[in-house]
Amino acid sequence: MDLSLRQISHNYDEVEVLSDINLDVQQGEIVCIIGPSGCGKSTLLRFIGGLEQPRNGQVVQIGSPPKDSLNPLTYIFQDFALLPWRTVEGNVSLALEDHALSAAEREKIIVDVLARTNLSDFRKALPKQLSGGMKQRVAIARALSVRPAVLLMDEPLSALDSQTRELLLDDLVDLWSREKYTACYVTHNLSEAVRFGHKIVVLSRRPGKIREIVEIDMALEERKNNMAELEKTQTQLWQAMRDEALAADRELLDV
Amino acid sequence: MSKTDLETTVTDEKPVPFRGAGFLPTPRRVVAPLVFIGIIAFWEFGSHNGFISPLVLPAPSEAFAAFMDLVNSGLLWKHLSASLQRLIVGWTAGTVLGIMVGTLIGLFSVARSGLSPLVSAVFPIPKIALLPLFIIWFGIGEGSKVATILFGTFFPTVIATYGGIDNVDRGLIRMGQSFGLSRLSIIRKIILPGALPAILSGARISVAIAIVLLVAAEMIAAEYGIGAYVLLAGSLMATDQLIAGVAMLSILGLVIAWLIGKAEKFFLRWR
Ligand SMILES: Nc1ncnc2c1ncn2[C@@H]1O[C@H](COP(=O)(O)OP(=O)(O)OP(=O)(O)O)[C@@H](O)[C@H]1O
Ligand SMILES: [Mg+2]
Repeated sequence: MDLSLRQISHNYDEVEVLSDINLDVQQGEIVCIIGPSGCGKSTLLRFIGGLEQPRNGQVVQIGSPPKDSLNPLTYIFQDFALLPWRTVEGNVSLALEDHALSAAEREKIIVDVLARTNLSDFRKALPKQLSGGMKQRVAIARALSVRPAVLLMDEPLSALDSQTRELLLDDLVDLWSREKYTACYVTHNLSEAVRFGHKIVVLSRRPGKIREIVEIDMALEERKNNMAELEKTQTQLWQAMRDEALAADRELLDV
Repeated sequence: MSKTDLETTVTDEKPVPFRGAGFLPTPRRVVAPLVFIGIIAFWEFGSHNGFISPLVLPAPSEAFAAFMDLVNSGLLWKHLSASLQRLIVGWTAGTVLGIMVGTLIGLFSVARSGLSPLVSAVFPIPKIALLPLFIIWFGIGEGSKVATILFGTFFPTVIATYGGIDNVDRGLIRMGQSFGLSRLSIIRKIILPGALPAILSGARISVAIAIVLLVAAEMIAAEYGIGAYVLLAGSLMATDQLIAGVAMLSILGLVIAWLIGKAEKFFLRWR
């Protein structure tokens, strides 16, 4: 299943947030979205997953999601969004309970995703007992349990310390190598973007427009050991971002 | 730096003074019982010595004797069961209805616009002022007493419930929607558990209100009940019975507060 964003514009009351966004997300491709603070990245992601509707334009699904996908467009949130009163398995099961699955099928899925995210030993733990990285892992397990066609991630690693960030990014890359999922990944962090994105979309300051789309051909698995080569792309991205970020900064001060 | 300077710095060494003490009251288990025992002992001693007149305040031992009379005559159970029954029925009904209406107000715009001004208008009325009206509507018997308690607990519960719902993390609701959960599932699995802490602290307040209303209602018209017992004792100037009755109310309040504390520990162990 591919996604196509067509002429998306949006405003909240007086504030124009996004303007004329056209973008294609192909199956198996990871699209990173970067841009200065407040340029509408999160808003755009909410449009893609159908949590909000743009004033103009539309998000189109091309082709249908795989038959076994329970929730084709699935989010992973920056703040994890785990229910604090449910255990790890309870949080995963939440996403499955509204689907017509037998208890045995549900159990099988839970065991499977917890194993894939190395959480099997923490099944009965409550979120308050887990570190930030573990919590995000639970959120990833929950997202995987519904067999998404597209993962929508809004700065999933920003709430974590840099070591944990590194580990989880490796996990996401590994997972992609195995399952070739499609993803839209919003981030502030340029090095995350060049490590993880097949396509990097640079948005301008508000109202967000697509300023540049950078494609990186190097395979995801090789990038970790070839950061030197990616440095050039990162610098190029930073050049594009820099002016926007500076201008955005000044704009906020004027308000 | 000269040699003498060096020496003075060495001889002058002392630990940095600690300035961070205080402002952190921690519970000390023995203190509370000691205070209680101290007050009662002083009171008993004063009554025996005569500097607390028995007309003004009976000795604790006399109040206890009055309480034992009540036990031996079998009247204790009659009073207590009458009061507990009213309290339980009234409080439970008020709480259940309050949670339901509070949930409606918390979730639906129409209910919010229609009901929340009404709740705000009726909440501050001391419900005991409505008792005569309830007596006309529900009769002088149990109905009017239960209705008073029900009414008194209903409003604080409504306010606690919708306040709790308003404070449920919007991000969690968004998450529920993003996984395609049904509306009912979101209410049942995300919103209500999220509002539970606020509902339970509302229950603490509504129980206190319920006890006040219980006694007030029983004082106006009841044969049995702790309120009736206290009122009768007062009109007969039987201060020993009065103290015994008041002590029972205090214990009742403490027991209920303890039960709610247990419930909080159990339901909110995830916090
Ligand atoms: N529900 C809303 N109502 C009104 N304004 C909103 C709403 N949501 C977002 N905005 C505004 O829209 C703009 C874009 O917000 P958005 O959260 O999409 O930015 P972002 O690029 O994700 O920013 P950040 O990098 O800080 O996460 C901001 O100026 C924000 O104040
Ligand atoms: Mg954002």
